[in-house]
Amino acid sequence: MFETLTKRLSGAFGAFRGQRELTEENIEDGLRAVRTALLEADVQFQLARDFTARVKERALGAGIVKGVDPSQQFVHAVHAELVEMMGPEDAKIRFASQPPTVLLLAGLQGAGKTTTCAKLAKRMRERGGRKPLMVAADIKRPAAVEQLRVLGRKLDIPVFHQEGLTAPEVCAAGVAAARAQGCDLVLLDTAGRLHVDDELMAEVADIARLTKPHETVLVVDSMTGQDAVRSAQAFHERLELTGVILTKLDGDARGGAAVSLKAVTGRPILFIGTGEKLDDLDAFHPERMAGRILGMGDVVGLVEEAQDKISEQDAEAAYQKMVLGSFTLEDMLAQIRMFRKLGPMKKVLGMMPGMGGMMDKIDVDDRQMNRLEALFTSMTPKERLHPEVLDMSRRRRIARGSGQDVGAMNDLLKSFKGMKQMMKQMNKLGLGAKLGSKAKKDALRGMSADGELAPDVGGGGMLSGLFGGGGGGGLPGGGAPEGLEGMLGQRGAPRPMGSSSTRKQQKKKKKDKKKSRKGRRK
Amino acid sequence: MGLFDRLKTRLGRTRSALADGISGLFRGGREMDAALLGELEELLYNADLGSVASEVVEDLSRKHKRGELNGEADTRDALRASLLARLPEVWGEIEFTHTPTVILVVGVNGSGKTTSIAKLAHRFHSQGKHVLVGACDTYRAAAAEQLEIWAARSEVEIVRKDEGADPASVAFESLETALVLGHDVVILDTAGRLHTQTNLMDELRKIQRVVSRKIEGAPHEVWLVLDGTNGQNAVQQARLFTEAVDVTGLIVSKLDGTARGGAIFGIEREVGLPVRYIGTGEAMELLEVFEPQAFVDAILAEA
Ligand SMILES: Nc1nc2c(ncn2[C@@H]2O[C@H](COP(=O)(O)OP(=O)(O)OP(=O)(O)O)[C@@H](O)[C@H]2O)c(=O)[nH]1
Ligand SMILES: Nc1nc2c(ncn2[C@@H]2O[C@H](COP(=O)(O)OP(=O)(O)OP(=O)(O)O)[C@@H](O)[C@H]2O)c(=O)[nH]1
Ligand SMILES: [Mg+2]
Ligand SMILES: [Mg+2]
Repeated sequence: MFETLTKRLSGAFGAFRGQRELTEENIEDGLRAVRTALLEADVQFQLARDFTARVKERALGAGIVKGVDPSQQFVHAVHAELVEMMGPEDAKIRFASQPPTVLLLAGLQGAGKTTTCAKLAKRMRERGGRKPLMVAADIKRPAAVEQLRVLGRKLDIPVFHQEGLTAPEVCAAGVAAARAQGCDLVLLDTAGRLHVDDELMAEVADIARLTKPHETVLVVDSMTGQDAVRSAQAFHERLELTGVILTKLDGDARGGAAVSLKAVTGRPILFIGTGEKLDDLDAFHPERMAGRILGMGDVVGLVEEAQDKISEQDAEAAYQKMVLGSFTLEDMLAQIRMFRKLGPMKKVLGMMPGMGGMMDKIDVDDRQMNRLEALFTSMTPKERLHPEVLDMSRRRRIARGSGQDVGAMNDLLKSFKGMKQMMKQMNKLGLGAKLGSKAKKDALRGMSADGELAPDVGGGGMLSGLFGGGGGGGLPGGGAPEGLEGMLGQRGAPRPMGSSSTRKQQKKKKKDKKKSRKGRRK
Repeated sequence: MGLFDRLKTRLGRTRSALADGISGLFRGGREMDAALLGELEELLYNADLGSVASEVVEDLSRKHKRGELNGEADTRDALRASLLARLPEVWGEIEFTHTPTVILVVGVNGSGKTTSIAKLAHRFHSQGKHVLVGACDTYRAAAAEQLEIWAARSEVEIVRKDEGADPASVAFESLETALVLGHDVVILDTAGRLHTQTNLMDELRKIQRVVSRKIEGAPHEVWLVLDGTNGQNAVQQARLFTEAVDVTGLIVSKLDGTARGGAIFGIEREVGLPVRYIGTGEAMELLEVFEPQAFVDAILAEA
């Protein structure tokens, strides 16, 4: 169901092939594919329609660009238009000249206000040198105050609350308390409310009236559907929002709500929530979001993630091994483990260029990576250090030891050889001596120092070497990555021996179950 | 008040955009034609039906070509029929055939699990059942406290441990308690998790395993709580949670706003799960048994 745009367009672009320019006629299939992608991403219907109209204009207006085939031209137009719609990038909290700065968080129930409140407080203290105070103004939901208190204790950030007051009174008292305690930032965590609940909407308007917030932020769940427009509109009318934060983007929500929110409020998307942990708050980048909505991968995000999570030493050590040509299976295992530190496989792979469209085909998840690791751990240390001793009988033993068939083991060795080969090439290019440590880390990932794909190492670099020797670039114009037939490639991921339950069987099981439940129908 | 009326007042407190839109379509005595069908499709998309919207409109288009759609009333009827045909065949409340009946409640973050459990506990308790809730969300700040307050309000018992405890061990202890004290129903609350988080889905499997080891055949029900304001991602949630833990039913929460939970049509097409209850507010009484007819009528009803 969730076909990525990349995949769809490759179909649609059949129409473009061999043609020199985009025309009114040949662009229609492409536009339809874009519209469908946007709707699947929950971009509001009218917005999706207006959007495709603008893309059409832009793409047709661009004229013939030498050396750029029409499909690339089209994709570029789509991407640029979408970025424009969600931009500009503006992740700034405006602080008051007279402290304390007051920041009000509002939104529907369960959107992530309380968690985001704590994330913001932490971030502002760490990166902005602020002294925050959080105000627990949800006096309605059971244990809402306690929830913020627990988070405050974890962060060692004060939480204000006073029993017996109304929510607006709590907020006003909170701001006064901040002033008294010398806190220069007050974050107001309010109760979740529906935009159609007049009483509660009046309450939050009261809070704003009493505390005169400098920032009024709507917190929105990125899984929200078409309703995002209606609710944002209502909140904006009541509160005059100054910004939006989009949460739960660590899942597979395509996040089309971002487009709707920007269109309705005209306010910047300040941050995105990417996890339950209090560090999981990132700046919003329209290009990445555009790539995500369209299903085109998130290269920049992957680079940043890797920079955060892989230590210099790990990267340096791995790099030395490669460059010195002493790369063994032991090192490959170390690399896989390093790679896995980046996060769940689906997330990491989803961020890799061009992988968007391949996701369903390779279907790598962490359990498959576990099986892969199991192959390594079933080897003896000697085998890992001297892969050349791995004859057929040893391979069979290892496969059996990890509950898989020998094909999985052969795939692993093929990838190992591919990686070694790639390293030799890198050596020949003399990359080792020239690069600084950051550049080495980047090279490990197949990115050049400035975050571009490093062409020398075949785009995918060492990490995607794990997946069969380097993929191609990301945009559909360049086609899907070619080299993914490695061990997680067309053969599918390493399979367990006698893998039993196929999808079809599961489906049948479900049908049977459904039947047996019919009896319960009223 | 009959069930339909209750539903209609709860859901109809805010008129759905769809109902309004349909009346608007025919204003000024407009005739049914392709353009009107296109606008109807748009309305259905706006109700989160996703690509099901196109299928419904194809249905109507076929009827229109056969000359069966003349005016607003026909269109509403045909629409109602087409939507009804796309809702689960299995729905409604379950019968309790086991003692204790163990219900595991799962879902993404903030979807309404804990509140729905409070509502279920209140409902079953009011039906005279002896109810125990287990606070297996040991991760989120004050999650157990939240359930504890609800348990007190609905006068049911709770098993909880401190933050950071093993969720499966809370499940185990809940069952043990229920067996000793003779509870009829055990409802297990779990931490919110996104369906893409493999390790957390494994954690759910572990809970399920521990439960089934303690009581054969348990959990008897695994209910997925969906946020009714969610769009197309809800289908992925249904699919991946079902793959992980064999979901047996849906609860759709937060239908008291302007969203109408249109994603359940896509879920029925792609996954096929019975819908059991819907949530229409934050108070513990605001849970209704799902009924396709009433649901569709509430979507389409004129004020
Ligand atoms: N995966 C993920 N979970 C999140 C994120 N932000 C918040 N959550 C989770 O979403 C759930 C709801 O978050 P809360 O912060 O309690 O939401 P809220 O808006 O304060 O909810 P109410 O006060 O009940 O309206 C919790 O389980 C959070 O841990 C995020 O970015 N990613
Ligand atoms: N309007 C409305 N709000 C609801 C409904 N059900 C739950 N809520 C609210 O939604 C928010 C989240 O509900 P919870 O029950 O805490 O959700 P949860 O799934 O347990 O959240 P986590 O445990 O953090 O993943 C709370 O503010 C609830 O009061 C409903 O049917 N209607
Ligand atoms: Mg809250
Ligand atoms: Mg909960």
